Parts: sequence; structure tokens; C-alpha cells
Amino acid sequence: MNIRQIELEVMRYDPEKDEAPWFQQYSVPCQEDWAILDALNYVKDELDTTLAYRWSCHMMVCGSCGMMINGEPSLTCKTFVRDLPDKVRVEPLENFPIERDLVVVLDDVMQKLHQVQPYIVRKDAPPQEDKEFTQSRGALMKFKQLTMCINCMCCYAACPQYGLDKNFIGPAALALAHRYNLDSRDQGKSDRLDILADHDGVWECSFVGACSEVCPKHVDPAAAIQQMKIDGAMEFWKQKLGMPGDKS
Amino acid sequence: MAIAKKAIVWGLFAAGGTLTAFVFPALIALFLLIATGNVPEGMQFEQIHVFVTSWLGKVCLFIVLFLSLWHAAHRLRVVAHDFGIRKDTLVASTVYTLAAIGTVLSAYYLWMIKA
Repeated sequence: MNIRQIELEVMRYDPEKDEAPWFQQYSVPCQEDWAILDALNYVKDELDTTLAYRWSCHMMVCGSCGMMINGEPSLTCKTFVRDLPDKVRVEPLENFPIERDLVVVLDDVMQKLHQVQPYIVRKDAPPQEDKEFTQSRGALMKFKQLTMCINCMCCYAACPQYGLDKNFIGPAALALAHRYNLDSRDQGKSDRLDILADHDGVWECSFVGACSEVCPKHVDPAAAIQQMKIDGAMEFWKQKLGMPGDKS
Repeated sequence: MAIAKKAIVWGLFAAGGTLTAFVFPALIALFLLIATGNVPEGMQFEQIHVFVTSWLGKVCLFIVLFLSLWHAAHRLRVVAHDFGIRKDTLVASTVYTLAAIGTVLSAYYLWMIKA
């Protein structure tokens, strides 16, 4: 198998030792079918055991290996060496504080995910033991792509609004909220509205669309947010005109 | 439930965006055609004049102008935000004031067009 020498330029940062992040060069003999994650694993196994980064599945399922590869947020397991030049810069995800090296602190997004209640909220009594909540095929089709999110946070790294304003709820959390709003089994839409239709919710989005472009799972958070803006605007006028709001 | 007031301006922005996406390319094409002397059937000065002096014509033009102005105003506000200008209140009041002035002026001038 052909071996290609790649110069990896990896951002390093140890908050206990370094004043600021810096770049370390590694020369990695890559096999032609390697992804950037394989190159990082080579560095860790053969060159430098101190390098810190997150990964788990190596198959685009776990969402832990999101990093900036030549400036683009992407899963390192999905980005192949054969598609890249001989010099590759690997940095931690943009817009997040660095924990160490390529590992970022995700507390802010975790708290935001929690806020939007991304799970089925029921107000009526649950169905009897032997019955299930029904889900129509049509309703499922509407939100199925939104369920593909693996929380890799590439969309937050790409989002200029999140970069400017950390109060913004952001693409993945809003898209997941929309996924449950569209679910016929869910009754939590009015609870979520407080967060979603507030200033830091959908309105902070200026529809740049970078979130949808970088999503490795082809989720379309930008579209979900625009659909929620329509919902929010309708709900606003319903409330102003004293019409019954969305109870579900 | 707290829905931010941005819902109002966003509604105008969305409606204006949809409308201008359809109307403006046609208006630009017509303008260029007429300006180069290729006046399409039904677009003679007299015919357009009849249209803008009718109430239906005035209302249609007012809706197009009003929504386009508010669409443009909100777009400018968002562009300012994207460029990192964080004085949102100042930007918003400036652009919306301009849109409001434009709205009043278009209503006034449409009103003034006499047969």
C-alpha cells in the first residue's frame, strides 16, 4: 500500500503549563485509506503520547471527534487524507474554550441541550401498558433528518452567531427542539417556546446556513430554525390577537 | 410565554423577502426592456398610468414598496450584526426609522398620483 508523508500541524494547549495555544508539527506516514483520525492515532501511538483528543467509534456515529481540519469543522474520522494537501492543520473546534490540546469544553452546549427539553414531553396520561404512542409515517418524514444529529458540535464551530454571542441557543439544540416540536407524540411545544422564541432563541440566527453546510450527518439545522421562526411569528400574533395558542 | 418582539419585524422581513424574490427580478427585467425601447405589450405609459391611478394598483404598489422596505431594513440590521456591530438598538432604530419614513413617503406619493 502506498504511504504518503503528511505534515500534521496540531494545536497544543495545556492550561497548566502554556500561556497560549501553540502548534506542534508531526510528520506522519499515512496509508492511502487513512482518515485524519488515523493520523492522530498514529501520533498518539508512535510519536507523542501526551496528545489529547476525543474519539470513540471511528464510524461517524459517536460524534466525539469533531475538530477544525484546515479551518473547517469536521469529523476527523470522516475526513480522508487523500482529499487533503500534504500539510494539514488540526485545531480544536472553534467557538469553544479549550480543555486541553484538541479537547474542548462542551458544558455550555450541554446546558443548552438540556434547556430545550430534547425528549418527548407528555401532559396527558401515558397510554395503557399494552399500547404505544402512535407515530404517523407522514409526521416521521417531516423530522426524520433532524434525528440524525450526533451532537458533534461542528455546527456550533461553524456558526458565526454563536461565535459572536454565547447566549445564542445555537443550531443543534434548536434543531433538536424542532424535531420534538414536530413529533405527534410530543406535548412540550408550548414549554419550549419560552426558550425558542425568546431573543436568544431562533431570532438570533441570521440564516448564514453554515451549520447545515458543515453537518457530517446532513442534518439541516438552518431550515429547522427558519421553520421555527415562522412558528414563533404565528404564535406571537395569535397571542396578541387573543387567539388560543399552541397547546401541544 | 415570552415571544420576543423580533417576531413582528421578522414577519415583515420574511413576507418582504418572499415577495421581492418574485417581484424584483420581473421589475428589473421590465425596466431594462422599457429603457432599451422594447416596450412589452400592455406596458405602454398610458396603460401603466391607468394601473397606478386605480385603487387596486395603488394598494398593490404600496404592499410591494412597504414590504420591500421593511425587508431591506431588517436585512441591513442582520448584516450589521454579522459584521460584528453590536450596537443593535442603534442600528435597529436607524434602519426601521428609514423604512418607516419610506413607507409614509410611498403612501403619500401613491396618494398624489392623479388620473
